[in-house]
Amino acid sequence: MGMRKVAVVGAGMTKFVRRAQETAKELCWEAARLALDSSELTMDDIETVCLGTAPDAFDGVHMNGEYLSDGAGAWRKPYMRSYVGGGTGVFVPIQGWYHIASGLFDTCLVVAEEKMSSYYPHAQAAFLTIFDHTTERPLKPNLLWIFALEMNRYMHTYGISKEDIARVAVKNKRNAADHPSALLGDPNITVEDVLNSEVLAWPVNRFDVSPVSDGAVAIILAAEHVAKRITDKPVWIEGVGWNLDTAHWTNRDLAYPRYVEYAARMAYDMAGIREPRKEINIVEPYDPFDYKELHHLEGLLLADRGKAPQLVADGVTNRDGDMPVCPSGGLLGVGNPIAAAGLMKIAELFWQLRGEAGKRQVPGQPKRGLAQAWGDLMQVGTVVIMGR
Amino acid sequence: MNERVAIVGVGWSGFRPVTPELSYKELTYAAAVRAYADAGVDPRRDIESFVTVAEDFNEGTSIFDEYTPDQLGAVLKPMHTITGDGLHGLATAYMLIRTGQFNVVAVEGHSKASNILTLPEITAYAQDPVINRPLRFNSHFIAGLEMNRYLYETGATQDQCAAVVVKNRRNALTNPSAPYGADLTVDDILAGPVLSWPLGSRQAADHADGAIVMVLASESAARQLAGTPVWILGAGWCSDSPALENREWAQAVYARQSARMAYRQAGFSNPKQVVDLVEVDDTYAYKELQALEALGFYRSGEAGIATEEGATQPDGEIPVNVSGGSLGIGHLLDATGLARALEVVLQLRGEAGSRQLDGLEVGLAQSWRGVPTASGAVIVMSN
Repeated sequence: MGMRKVAVVGAGMTKFVRRAQETAKELCWEAARLALDSSELTMDDIETVCLGTAPDAFDGVHMNGEYLSDGAGAWRKPYMRSYVGGGTGVFVPIQGWYHIASGLFDTCLVVAEEKMSSYYPHAQAAFLTIFDHTTERPLKPNLLWIFALEMNRYMHTYGISKEDIARVAVKNKRNAADHPSALLGDPNITVEDVLNSEVLAWPVNRFDVSPVSDGAVAIILAAEHVAKRITDKPVWIEGVGWNLDTAHWTNRDLAYPRYVEYAARMAYDMAGIREPRKEINIVEPYDPFDYKELHHLEGLLLADRGKAPQLVADGVTNRDGDMPVCPSGGLLGVGNPIAAAGLMKIAELFWQLRGEAGKRQVPGQPKRGLAQAWGDLMQVGTVVIMGR
Repeated sequence: MNERVAIVGVGWSGFRPVTPELSYKELTYAAAVRAYADAGVDPRRDIESFVTVAEDFNEGTSIFDEYTPDQLGAVLKPMHTITGDGLHGLATAYMLIRTGQFNVVAVEGHSKASNILTLPEITAYAQDPVINRPLRFNSHFIAGLEMNRYLYETGATQDQCAAVVVKNRRNALTNPSAPYGADLTVDDILAGPVLSWPLGSRQAADHADGAIVMVLASESAARQLAGTPVWILGAGWCSDSPALENREWAQAVYARQSARMAYRQAGFSNPKQVVDLVEVDDTYAYKELQALEALGFYRSGEAGIATEEGATQPDGEIPVNVSGGSLGIGHLLDATGLARALEVVLQLRGEAGSRQLDGLEVGLAQSWRGVPTASGAVIVMSN
């Protein structure tokens, strides 16, 4: 192939919190600083910067990428912001990857930030204008409702119960109890707690959903010859994939995320993976809702269709199971500052594969992990495969 | 080790001040069909990845990237949005192909500015919400400040800025896609109302609607396609300080840095010896002068003199904005940089009609992201 190899050489993240005192720019810088310190680099060593943040409406700033640029360390550097809605957090490392793989740069700082708390009265309102202005907006749908439709369709198609799905929330919130940056870690939560929480839009209860949060994550990417000088434990980006389906979500099969499958196949091909269930040791699929983790495991071809709940029930996806899923605690436990939450999954794989995940460490010295995010109108999949 | 990259197809729709009978999707579809026919590609079969440049607030839609794939034939394909100018989009496609993972990539940008009822308020929402927005600056007001500083530091004059408008709008008369062509004099320009002294309203580009699509390909793929390749020799982009308070106002540092990056890839340092045709940002007339100096074609203060002497006319030493620029075509929001690149491609292919220049080998396109940013990009191309 002759393609340039790209490694993750540093990572840092802020605490994910309900309401950060810091501005969005300050959150960006805090994460960037932590990532730089983790690899003993300074901004002078960084050749280019990539930023991910979800809709401008959160910060209420037009061209928000421009506004955040100095906070992200982009001053007088080549800088771009990429954007695929909720999939952004796992897309922005792909953007960093192509910056370096193109041969134009040797080092890249990748920052993902979200500050949802400044939206008044609730961040949900930023999503009222994501719908088609002619055909859908007059119906006043919101995100919870359309995801409730999708969850219902998934349950109906495969005969899955709410208990089956609630186990995912329990697992992830328990895992998050070991994450120092987590917002909703709870070592004692039970399936009953999830089922008894307030109904938001049936079948979605409050504990089925990740929290609105503020936070930022940054990683540093380097070309092979530079990475080996920075660290003796580089984590390689082995495969990337992304895929965007039609905007007409009402025509989509909501039981199965085909766009996630296509993104995964692209990444598996690039990484030379033929049997993902045997070759992927850790999975960090996108879990803004508990059913999404299951949905995505199926789209990623890591579970048969409709069979992902069985893996959870059997303990396969526990941190000490055969295929640990969201050992970080995921969005359900660590929090969901949208773009930052996706990049958090990349940071988690970085720490896990280097054996630096502390109390969250997956046993057995995992060699390869996969992170995935999802977004837009149940429409986009982004996948990164990392290995040591 | 990285393959060369070419622009192998271009298509556009517009440009017109208003397009009440068309949606942005229809404008984009029309541009895409032309670009794909020009390149001889089928988007479903041949194009491996798609890039759009767009900003949510310009579209009136949050998470606008949702609405990008259908009209481009990009459904269920690797597609993403860059919240940048069209030249950032071209640079992105250039990088994607250079990775070796993609052979054919399409880039799209569009403007439906006529749909935006509150454009001045939207652009003002790009200002720092804590430090600047309480002062209720209009975007033109900030441009007026910058123009004043530019004139003060370089000795350029209002007449020289007006000469840019005269040139670009006359050039637009020869461009059938440009709606703002006019035969005016320096006095006509200066007689217009003042927006924010010294910036006059006739020195600011009006907006237009339209869409531009370009198809890029690796060298091996380009050789097999029908279209005439225009090679990308270098791409550069840069963001200077977003804060109004701590940037250099007289100089376009972002353009200088972007140019250095692009020139280094292209393998030259003195653009005046190499570049035959220049399309630069002229959102405001003074920006053209400022850009030409930042790009290294003139020393500080000399671009205005050169313009008055006719050196940047189509028959001058460095033809600048032969297309008519944004002053003649209309400002196309995020697609503006693609309009600059479009003219360079058409000229290098010898397809620019009655405004075609002779003996062209290397062209340059430059963009700016508009008030209040200090960021932009440069692409250098050859035939």
